[in-house]
Amino acid sequence: MSEEVKVFGAWGSPFSRRVELALRLKGVQYEYIEEDIFNNKSPLLLKYNPVHKKVPVLLHNGKPIAESLVILEYIEETWKSNPILPEDPYDKAMARFWAKFLDDKCLPALWKAGWSPENEREKAVEEACECLKTLEGALNGKRFFGGATVGLVDIAANFIAHWLGIIQEATGHELLSAEKFPHLFKWTDEFVSCSIVKESLPPRDKLLAFFKDRIAGAMDAPTEASK
Amino acid sequence: MAEELVLLDFWLSAFGMRVRIALAEKGIKYEYKEEDLRNKSALLLQMNPVHKKTPVLIHNGKPVCESLIQVQYIDEVWHHKSPLLPSDPYQRAIARFWADFVDKKIFELGTKTWQTKGEEQETAKKGFIESLKLLEGELGDKPYFGGENLGYVDVVLVPFYSWFYAYEKCGNFSIEAECPKLIAWAKRCMQMESVSKSLPDQEKVYGFVLHLKKMYGIE
Repeated sequence: MSEEVKVFGAWGSPFSRRVELALRLKGVQYEYIEEDIFNNKSPLLLKYNPVHKKVPVLLHNGKPIAESLVILEYIEETWKSNPILPEDPYDKAMARFWAKFLDDKCLPALWKAGWSPENEREKAVEEACECLKTLEGALNGKRFFGGATVGLVDIAANFIAHWLGIIQEATGHELLSAEKFPHLFKWTDEFVSCSIVKESLPPRDKLLAFFKDRIAGAMDAPTEASK
Repeated sequence: MAEELVLLDFWLSAFGMRVRIALAEKGIKYEYKEEDLRNKSALLLQMNPVHKKTPVLIHNGKPVCESLIQVQYIDEVWHHKSPLLPSDPYQRAIARFWADFVDKKIFELGTKTWQTKGEEQETAKKGFIESLKLLEGELGDKPYFGGENLGYVDVVLVPFYSWFYAYEKCGNFSIEAECPKLIAWAKRCMQMESVSKSLPDQEKVYGFVLHLKKMYGIE
């Protein structure tokens, strides 16, 4: 039986890259469709995600799924090789907790701290560092959040491993330093060094140019346009 | 082996109600501990150091936090009785999508209907009704979101029904007039003991909301 898997994404979106990474980790072939999320969303995207009108959307044999963490759980349940979630219900609950923490608290705080105007920066940076400190604790000296191999939480934290460093370079403000968060810093290296991860990351120079371009203007949070 | 289950909760919390319903649906015995949110217990702070919030489900001494995660955990551990999530992966994804939608829209917009006024309140009311209408669309002609029985989305959404009266009084609008199908669904859920015993009385919720409004200085 032929399997039809399509991903509607945006090259710079950490959320759509999460989906691509999970599919690649499980050796699933898929067709990628690039969406112009800022200017011209396709009729297909609007048809497959009428509620949020965002990327990523996974289309499996014609059936659409939206929201990256929901998609990751679906991928895990559908393609069994290279599991990204533990079997034990408690460990699974912990992984889901950290993935949610990333999406609800950590990523918004990091994004805010990256783009805050001068007068709001100190507070934003403090909140962002609290989140990074919490993640450092969650990593607990492990190689990956998933243990020996890349798991759901690592995939969900892709923004920290790749996008954050580029934003730091574009803005000139450092958040994730090796001194303050040694384990998390090391994790970013471990994560991006995996060949499958490397293949699924947007090109560094292209992202850097993108962020530098938008530095002066107002910028929505990543969940708005690029999610 | 004796199972020890403790739920740290706050009577008014829609999130806590979700867990109560899930546990009741599966006939699981547990110890309920009411938290005073102005004076959080040492146990709560120890068991949920990251968010310091209720509900917290403590299973044999190990804490699970965040209501959607707790309900899924309960469903997985006690999977043999009254399953809440469907077995088909695609149907599970749809259920998770709508649970996420409820979290993103219903709580925040509902809260704004009583915490704000003027134009902000009108915008919140409009968004709230629009979101409920989308949920009505998802419900369709099914008796429950879960089909013939209570499912994950029912458990996730129905607690907010206990707050509807408060939203309506504070926002001066009728949810039933706009979303009759959804109210019919909610009343249907309330006929289940697992739901009716887990939700506080609407008037009591409204009374507390009035008290909160006074405290926050919202007119």
